[in-house]
Amino acid sequence: MSTPGSDALAVPARDPAAKRAASIALIGNPNTGKTTLFNALTGLNQHVGNYPGVTVERKVGALKLDDKAVVDLIDLPGTYSLAARSPDEMIAVDVLLGQQQGSNKIDAILAIADASNPERNFYLISQLCELHLPVVVALNMMDVAETKGITIDATKLSEALGTPVIPVCANKGTGLPELRAALQKMLTQGKPPAGKLPVFPEPLQKEADGLHTDLHGAAGKIGRDVNRLEAFRILIDKGGYAETRLAGVLGADFTKTLDERRGRASKIPLPAEEVRVRYAWVKQVLGPSLHRPAQPPPTKSDTIDKIATHWFSGTLLFALLMLIVFQSIFTWSKPVMELISSGFDKLGEFVGNHMAEGALKSLLVDGAIAGVGGVMTFLPQICVLFFFIAIMEDCGYMSRAAFLMDRLLSRVGLSGKSFIPMLSSFACAVPGIMSTRTIENPRDRLTTILVAPLMSCSARLPVYMILIGTFIPERKYLGGVFTLQGLTLFGMYCVGLFVAVPVAWLLKKTLLKGETPPFLIELPSYKIPDWRTVLMRVYDRGKAFAVRAGTIILSVSIVVWALSYFPHPASIHENYERQRAAFVEKAKDPEAKEVKDAQDDLAKAEDGEYLRQSYFGRMGHSVEWAFKPLGWDWRISMGAIASFPAREVIVSTMRTIFNLGKGKGEETEDLGKAMKEATWDNSPAPLFNIPVALSIMVFFALCSQCAATLAIIRRETNSWRWPLFSFTYMTVLAYIGAWAAYAGAMALGLQKITQ
Amino acid sequence: MTTLDQLKPGQRATVLAVSGTGTAIYQRLLEMGVFEGAELSVVRFAPLGDPMEIRLQGYNLSLRKAEAKLVEVNEVHAG
Repeated sequence: MSTPGSDALAVPARDPAAKRAASIALIGNPNTGKTTLFNALTGLNQHVGNYPGVTVERKVGALKLDDKAVVDLIDLPGTYSLAARSPDEMIAVDVLLGQQQGSNKIDAILAIADASNPERNFYLISQLCELHLPVVVALNMMDVAETKGITIDATKLSEALGTPVIPVCANKGTGLPELRAALQKMLTQGKPPAGKLPVFPEPLQKEADGLHTDLHGAAGKIGRDVNRLEAFRILIDKGGYAETRLAGVLGADFTKTLDERRGRASKIPLPAEEVRVRYAWVKQVLGPSLHRPAQPPPTKSDTIDKIATHWFSGTLLFALLMLIVFQSIFTWSKPVMELISSGFDKLGEFVGNHMAEGALKSLLVDGAIAGVGGVMTFLPQICVLFFFIAIMEDCGYMSRAAFLMDRLLSRVGLSGKSFIPMLSSFACAVPGIMSTRTIENPRDRLTTILVAPLMSCSARLPVYMILIGTFIPERKYLGGVFTLQGLTLFGMYCVGLFVAVPVAWLLKKTLLKGETPPFLIELPSYKIPDWRTVLMRVYDRGKAFAVRAGTIILSVSIVVWALSYFPHPASIHENYERQRAAFVEKAKDPEAKEVKDAQDDLAKAEDGEYLRQSYFGRMGHSVEWAFKPLGWDWRISMGAIASFPAREVIVSTMRTIFNLGKGKGEETEDLGKAMKEATWDNSPAPLFNIPVALSIMVFFALCSQCAATLAIIRRETNSWRWPLFSFTYMTVLAYIGAWAAYAGAMALGLQKITQ
Repeated sequence: MTTLDQLKPGQRATVLAVSGTGTAIYQRLLEMGVFEGAELSVVRFAPLGDPMEIRLQGYNLSLRKAEAKLVEVNEVHAG
């Protein structure tokens, strides 16, 4: 059933990058100013995507070398070595070897090194020099090196390496023209570094060659030809990712032969052999051009750290900073959020006023505009959070925060790097989950992503407020310092936090079990943040959120809208039209306030009737039995289910369900009154009491009713498996928690207490 | 036998050996410059006693005590 139209759609979109002349890979240690250099070289001309199947970001920019040549600059993840331990770390190696799906072949390497700490940086460069590709070294942070009394003779070093070494200050833009010229020259020549390469002992070379030949013979089985460099890594990195992915294909024999080869290759452990040879090479190449004072002068960074990581002032500063961040997410974004929200309301109103009544209008106004608007209001929060994260990361404080918090989080099997995402999730889980990108270990990152939505986000607040305000008595303790209402609210915030601890612990013990990742992190020198890098980061994250989460949210909103709109029988409308007509006839003055109010009531009742008759309403009735143990009737159950797009939706859904809305503006009070008056169907027994209110609140504290969060988990993990898992485990927890809250409160007799 | 985690802030030492062969931590420690013969000093411990901060090759590295236990160091000389 192939038609010309569908064929045209099947053709993959042409990658504009494919037309460019060449691809250059930018690689270096973390904290070397790699992102700053990338931004300085490419400007706003960048494209962010994902490599297929993994969570690594694929960032490509257009690098203008001179008036004619524009090449691709590919930003690879920061790394200390090419010894990959996870699929994410393997990406860099595969891209460099030209065997990564979704990436062009690399024509040259731009290696960035921190001049203030050259030895460790040149360890990686020694590996890059062996790739048979042209290499240009950008020696960054020469200014920081100077404050440490370190000088490097770039000309001499360039001679020893046999390839250009260009001193740059990426944040000030110095040395960039020279860097472009060197890249242009190396691309034209196409020659790998001419200097002496690290020399490995004969037995190690022989075994690497042997393994290379073996793997060449097994190319049919593997499905590709493994090159010599990958064979070398497989031999040295026992248990590394390059070995693991082949072991799956080649079986136990392969592992056995490999271990025998390792035994013959060296008397000392192979990684130690590699490190010995490479650091000897670094000393030989770098030594003559490097001058380092015997007694390094104390730097400003050391002075700052005496305060910033001190047990008392460090902790205080940390708490203060977090408070400022947390508070700013609320206060800074609030006016903009209100602006966006009212903008979407106005848009909805405008569209509503200019369209004929019917399904299409409802789809646009109630489905698309309300749904997308609801998500877009979170955009300011995301921008504010990432503004702070980018500053803290770029100036070097983020690794100190991880240093301070690691002990606390390592108790549940996480590391200090999970702290910021968890804290951010108290505002909104979406930016929190997005900020887990700073966690390199994939298992840690996934665990953090899965527990982050348990933190009580701002969308839960309206649910807590209405229920606490309506049903929890106003009792004062300690002379009014504490109130029962305030304590209940605090308790709700604790529920998520206390549940997250065992959940994280359990995940790390079972599903996401594995070697404990090392907490080896560099504490880089402090520096003034680069504003371009900070703003680019905010822009990147904001755009990613708006585009990707926005499209998924739009589709979910439409589905939910359709379920609560259809079948929309005409009989209901006719019935209410009759009632309205009869009412207007009876009324003496059709303009009187009571008449208008009554008309309003009728309209609300009509909406309620539609909802009851809709697929969602029917579902509510059919699932009522399942929620009975929680003390809920079909209306509460339906409200909870219908709030799948976002938790706060329950408030507006309940308003619709309980058929009210007398006059706008005092909705909270009105809803409270209506909930107090609500009774069970066919019974005068009140529907709500303290146990029911508690059960609803605990349910919302633990449940996963937030399509934006699920969409962002899908985006960040690149699979539907984890959002499904997250939804399932949180819903089960929420149900059990709500049941326990209801049963516990009933047993204590709390249903007898009224406000 | 003295291991890195037993040192006090301000103490200097030379690495004698690194254990834990075959693990990711072992290889990473080596690559970061913590190998036989490397000179390092302890800067401080985090407020809760763990992790610790050391200085080597002119840069500062943070590692957990459990990882520092893998690093055997020579007699300490104050400095």
